[in-house]
Amino acid sequence: MPERLILLIAALGRRFVGAVDEAGYLFALLVESVYWLLFGAFLKQPVRLRAIFSECMAVGVRAIPIVTIACFATGAMLAIQGVATLKLFGAESQVVLGITLSVTREFAPLIAGIFVAGRTSSAVAARIGTMQVSQEIDALRVLGINPVRYLVSPLLAALLITLPMLTVLANFTALLGGAFYCSLSLNLPVQIFFERAAATLEVADVMQGMIKSSVFAVNIALVGACNGFKVTAGAEGVGRATTRSVVLSIVYIILIDAVFTYFMNR
Amino acid sequence: MNAQDTCQSVIEVENLVVRYGEREILHNINFDVAAGEIMVIMGGSGSGKSTLLRHLLGLNRPASGSIRLLGQDITKLNARQMLELQKNIGVSFQGGALFNSMTVGENVELPLVEHTKLDPHTIRIMARMKLEVVNLAGFENLMPSELSGGMIKRAALARAIVMDPKLLFFDEPSAGLDPVVSAELDELILRLREAMNMSIVVVTHELESAFKIADRITVLDQGHVLMCDSTQAVKNADNERIQNLLNRRPRQEQIDPEEYLARLTG
Repeated sequence: MPERLILLIAALGRRFVGAVDEAGYLFALLVESVYWLLFGAFLKQPVRLRAIFSECMAVGVRAIPIVTIACFATGAMLAIQGVATLKLFGAESQVVLGITLSVTREFAPLIAGIFVAGRTSSAVAARIGTMQVSQEIDALRVLGINPVRYLVSPLLAALLITLPMLTVLANFTALLGGAFYCSLSLNLPVQIFFERAAATLEVADVMQGMIKSSVFAVNIALVGACNGFKVTAGAEGVGRATTRSVVLSIVYIILIDAVFTYFMNR
Repeated sequence: MNAQDTCQSVIEVENLVVRYGEREILHNINFDVAAGEIMVIMGGSGSGKSTLLRHLLGLNRPASGSIRLLGQDITKLNARQMLELQKNIGVSFQGGALFNSMTVGENVELPLVEHTKLDPHTIRIMARMKLEVVNLAGFENLMPSELSGGMIKRAALARAIVMDPKLLFFDEPSAGLDPVVSAELDELILRLREAMNMSIVVVTHELESAFKIADRITVLDQGHVLMCDSTQAVKNADNERIQNLLNRRPRQEQIDPEEYLARLTG
């Protein structure tokens, strides 16, 4: 029995060391990619605008359809549930307030974040992981091209630009979804819905969502890249890294969101 | 090139020791490569030749010892000095390590795009000239996945020499190629040395190609340099392990029954 206990403690300890190691790696990766973004140009390792734009296309613009659809549906569902619940108190007209605040503070950044995480962190982990396996990362290094500067910094910049923008779009489409349902079930004109929404909203509400989405952006870029760089064992390793980075980046998004919501709404 | 340059060593490795964790992989390696020379590093699988190459390229840091490339100790250089040095070094990896997301032409252009301020048109012409050298003219718009094994190696070679390096590393040029293609590649290496006056280090376990191209051969076995001498001297060496390697004889290690039993029973 004590031998088993020792094994258990050893396994726990190894897990813990692994977690600390990864946290350190993530932080180092963050510092390094920000460093190249700021000072790369002076060290003959510039982060190219072209690379940032092409990443913006891949991670931001191409995510527009899916984020639009998901947020429209979420807004409509919130309206359906809101109307049904508030009917119990005879307060259906308050549904606008509920939808507006929950969408801008919570759902729009969360859903945009989760969808972009699903698309991007898997793609990044797979791309960097494959490059690691086929020695392309080594090739970059011997060509005098820093892999973090070349692969991670443009991605980080692109996500920091596009994810807050996607969140604005998500805000709008989710409210539109809610407005459509309200116009159908409560005969509330879409225009009135938006007027009331604008009256309830404060800048701080929207800002809360935007700040969150910037943190999500950092999380998605780093988790994807970190898992990619840590691939060692061939195709299977790439597959594992891909799954792991999607799961982890989404879990982190939800945890980050929970922490933010707790501290910002007390 | 004047006389002084030709006598100079472009690579000097002194007392190089490499450890992975507790295990010592390379034990006190010493060798040097003269300017304009083709040095073949030969050894069986697990002899440490890939590890040695990774250290020569500065991809890993040794436990102790010094590695001087073109007169500079790469174990002591900072990132910026290393970058300058890397512009004078070309590397062709075993699997080619072409960037799969770019065309062959873009792969060859990449070092020029990243390290020079030449205009795109000039860069394109320079890249085409190098593709011409390796007999791949007209293939610049294909993706690496559309090339055969031999073509990938040649494209990787074109990328390695596009900056006109003084020093070229070639990892397993004939691995995975048929005898004809690998003979062509040997010819190409010899031609390159003549045309561009480079010093070339080739890592291989192919005897035939080693004897064809080498000026001198360094034989590596279990992390030790067995000998470092001209091809003729290596052929005539009376060392048993070298003769085993040359005559494709399987290793005949003496098994100590006691130790064997202890190893099995743990």
